[in-house]
Amino acid sequence: MAAWRSRRSGRSANAAKERLKLVLIHDRTDLTPKAVNNLKNELMEVISRYIAIDPEAVRIAVTQDGREQRLVADIPIKSSTRRKIG
Amino acid sequence: MTATIVTITSGKGGVGKTTTTANVAIALAELGEKVVCIDGDIGLRNLDIVMGLENRIVYDLVDVIEGRCRLRQAMIRDKRMSELYLIPAAQTRDKSSVSPSDMVRLCDQLRDEFDWVLIDSSAGIERGFRNALAPADIVLVVTNPEVSAVRDADRIIGLVEAEEKGPAKLVINRLNPELVKRGDMLTAEDVVELLAVELVGIVPEDQSVVVSTNRGQPVVMEAKTKAGQAFRNVALRLQGQEVPFLDLDERKDIFQKLSNMLRSGGD
Repeated sequence: MAAWRSRRSGRSANAAKERLKLVLIHDRTDLTPKAVNNLKNELMEVISRYIAIDPEAVRIAVTQDGREQRLVADIPIKSSTRRKIG
Repeated sequence: MTATIVTITSGKGGVGKTTTTANVAIALAELGEKVVCIDGDIGLRNLDIVMGLENRIVYDLVDVIEGRCRLRQAMIRDKRMSELYLIPAAQTRDKSSVSPSDMVRLCDQLRDEFDWVLIDSSAGIERGFRNALAPADIVLVVTNPEVSAVRDADRIIGLVEAEEKGPAKLVINRLNPELVKRGDMLTAEDVVELLAVELVGIVPEDQSVVVSTNRGQPVVMEAKTKAGQAFRNVALRLQGQEVPFLDLDERKDIFQKLSNMLRSGGD
């Protein structure tokens, strides 16, 4: 009986885990989501001075690797630039 | 003999540090080890009452540190075990009566005579925690599978690392298998993944803990309880033994439960 009821009341554990994941990253690095966003904007500004990038495709995130935190930036370069120059 | 100093801590209060300390100490003593526990929670003495030794206190930790008695005089022997002792906390003083270097000196004195020194830390990240951490060889962080306890455990694990006392080892206390099965409680795997430290114990929520603590007989003294078995396994893992984690799936116990119900008339 408890089994079918569980399907509806359950899953709050997932919410707990996801919320903890985010909060622990910020606790450990002392970086707020706002600070990460500012970092992203400034970083894009600097990089844009040298290469053309697509602002929409830039991904910056703090990820967990064991107990180590890593700042991962994925910044795709606009391929059209190369062709224009060449 | 060179004792291993184990500090039991958590950050958040009420997760079961004192219960863990008492039970692991008794389990180690039952395994034939020579054990002394120190109640590091000055001003909020509790390990004595959980162990059932509250009526035998004459001197306490602060008396030893301030030279009012010899170390031996403050050690209460638990008569139920062959080699288990308690050094109680002072109740009418505060955390600043003891310094981290006092604790290091005290533990160095105990090292030659014991196999294990267990220190029950106070909650928080202030003086009481610093005192308990200073002499530690191993740090056990106790947590519950619940957001605030896990967050505080993470903070403590970070501080333990920063003090170069890491990596801490984790005990997950009060895991409710029923809630886990329903998806309404973090699993032990979730907690380990989030905190990324070695797990040395999963203790299920067990009413026997309340009952036995009421009587001053820690649950590990009762052979058949699941929590008792889980604490015994923590002791074995501290000794370096490989012990599989308990299967906490209640369904396996259905026949046992049924027969208990029939015998006790529902209890």
